[in-house]
Amino acid sequence: MADTAGLRQDSRAAAGATAPALIAFEGFGKAFELPTGTVRAAENVNLSVAEGEFVTLVGPSGCGKSTLLNAVAGLFPASAGQVRYRGVAVDGYNRQVGYMTQSDHLLPWRDVTGNIAVPLEIQGRSRAEIRERVQALIALVGLTGFERSYPTQLSGGMRKRCALARLLAYDPETLLMDEPFGALDAQLRLGMQIEIRKLCRDLGKTVLFVTHDLDEAVALADRCAVFSARPGTIRRIVDVPLPRDRDLLRLRHDRRYVELTAELWDLLAPSIAGHADMEPGR
Amino acid sequence: MKIGRPTIWALRAALLILLVGGWELASGRVFEEFFVSKPSAIIAVAWGWVLSGRLFYHAGITITEAVAGFALGGMAGMLTGILLGRLQLLADVLDPFITMFYSLPKIALAPLFVLWFGIGMDMKIILTATVVFFLVFLNTYTGVRNVSRELVAILRLMGASERHVLTKVVLPSAVTWVFAGLRLSVPYALIGAIVGELIAANQGLGYLLADAAGQFNTAGVFAALLAIVLLALCLNLAVKAFEYRAMPWQRGQAVREMSI
Ligand SMILES: Nc1ncnc2c1ncn2[C@@H]1O[C@H](COP(=O)(O)OP(=O)(O)OP(=O)(O)O)[C@@H](O)[C@H]1O
Ligand SMILES: [Mg+2]
Repeated sequence: MADTAGLRQDSRAAAGATAPALIAFEGFGKAFELPTGTVRAAENVNLSVAEGEFVTLVGPSGCGKSTLLNAVAGLFPASAGQVRYRGVAVDGYNRQVGYMTQSDHLLPWRDVTGNIAVPLEIQGRSRAEIRERVQALIALVGLTGFERSYPTQLSGGMRKRCALARLLAYDPETLLMDEPFGALDAQLRLGMQIEIRKLCRDLGKTVLFVTHDLDEAVALADRCAVFSARPGTIRRIVDVPLPRDRDLLRLRHDRRYVELTAELWDLLAPSIAGHADMEPGR
Repeated sequence: MKIGRPTIWALRAALLILLVGGWELASGRVFEEFFVSKPSAIIAVAWGWVLSGRLFYHAGITITEAVAGFALGGMAGMLTGILLGRLQLLADVLDPFITMFYSLPKIALAPLFVLWFGIGMDMKIILTATVVFFLVFLNTYTGVRNVSRELVAILRLMGASERHVLTKVVLPSAVTWVFAGLRLSVPYALIGAIVGELIAANQGLGYLLADAAGQFNTAGVFAALLAIVLLALCLNLAVKAFEYRAMPWQRGQAVREMSI
């Protein structure tokens, strides 16, 4: 694992606009058949994510963002088009990705330590190694003192942090993150954002990141995909001209950042205003 | 206002004294003593059995049968439940047969088991095991089937093998159901053992019961019933203690302050 990380970084460094896509949505569409009718969650989505790239997804609630992540994870087949991972159509569970889902999905019968240890146990790491790694991660996400607490005894944000620690524990090459920091306070959120950017930069992780926070969408991203309301399709892909090793603490003073968030606001505002006179359903 | 535990226990004791006292007084006055006996006579008989060692001998036999049958049926039920829970095809094939057997009152098999296994303890153990098997099996099966698909998917994405999924998700999530089945089975385990003894035996609490009834010894019948009730209580406590140990995450769940 560790030695391929360096390789990956090289390939990312060499990666320009012509890099082969790691994740590619090609005319992707997903419709859910329900007894009450068909819900078209996403339609004609075209997006390529290069290796080592950080892409954020923003769009109105229910526009199919989580659906896209689920498709990359291989939870269900596409209804139209396809999702390719390293050029191969995703079929069944995609084990190259780590997925931090919108709801935390911790194991209720395991305490914080036990939950974070799950992926390490699956990888067959030694007890000592697991203990050490879990402890470091607990400190990282600020759950020290709650090692022995069960999920029902944690707050919503703490559960999210536990899920994040679990995701980071097993070091997948691609991270799918669905509103991972939504439930965190400002300081903690900034700390986590810095951590995840660092991870992406140092280890060349590819990240597909859903958020409702436009500031976050710009601050973290190399590119940001803006979705229309359901059936979700990409309205625009915005390049974020901030350096890879940007200083998140000082972004607020960066003109490009301020302009870009304003631009995103303008992009999404019509769909907010449109809500008032939007007919229900479709 | 919340009523404290001591008050509740005091009220329970008062109720018990009232019932037993009422029984003692009513016996021979309101009801024929031959039919209802009375607490003092029952205690006397029971105490006589304790002194002669008869009670322990027969109770020991019944406990052995019930516990052995419980363990055997419980194990088989769990294993079958897990297997069929994970193998959809097998479950589909076996479904009508299982339903058929399930609808059969297992106790009706007792005469057949007497033919096959004689009137010794093994016949009661097998009868008990048969009764317990279905309860534990159905609960385990439901538990395994109800495992959260999301959790399984999350583990699969982490690269989990079938064995990992089984030990880390399926079994822990089914364990609540398994214990529900086990708790439900305790009285049935005793039914199995005692009905077996009533039908054909020369030892065990069921035999003691039938023997006392045969001699029109009403106090003896009640004393045997009392012993059976106490036995059931002990078995229930044992399962509860086991459950407490097996599910640490459920501990304090009932007394936990609610938060949504
Ligand atoms: N498993 C499912 N079965 C049926 N419909 C579904 C399923 N998953 C999602 N949908 C529908 O697909 C649409 C998109 O859902 P999705 O979860 O992808 O939205 P989202 O963009 O993540 O929204 P949010 O920002 O609120 O999380 C919704 O209308 C939802 O009702
Ligand atoms: Mg979502």
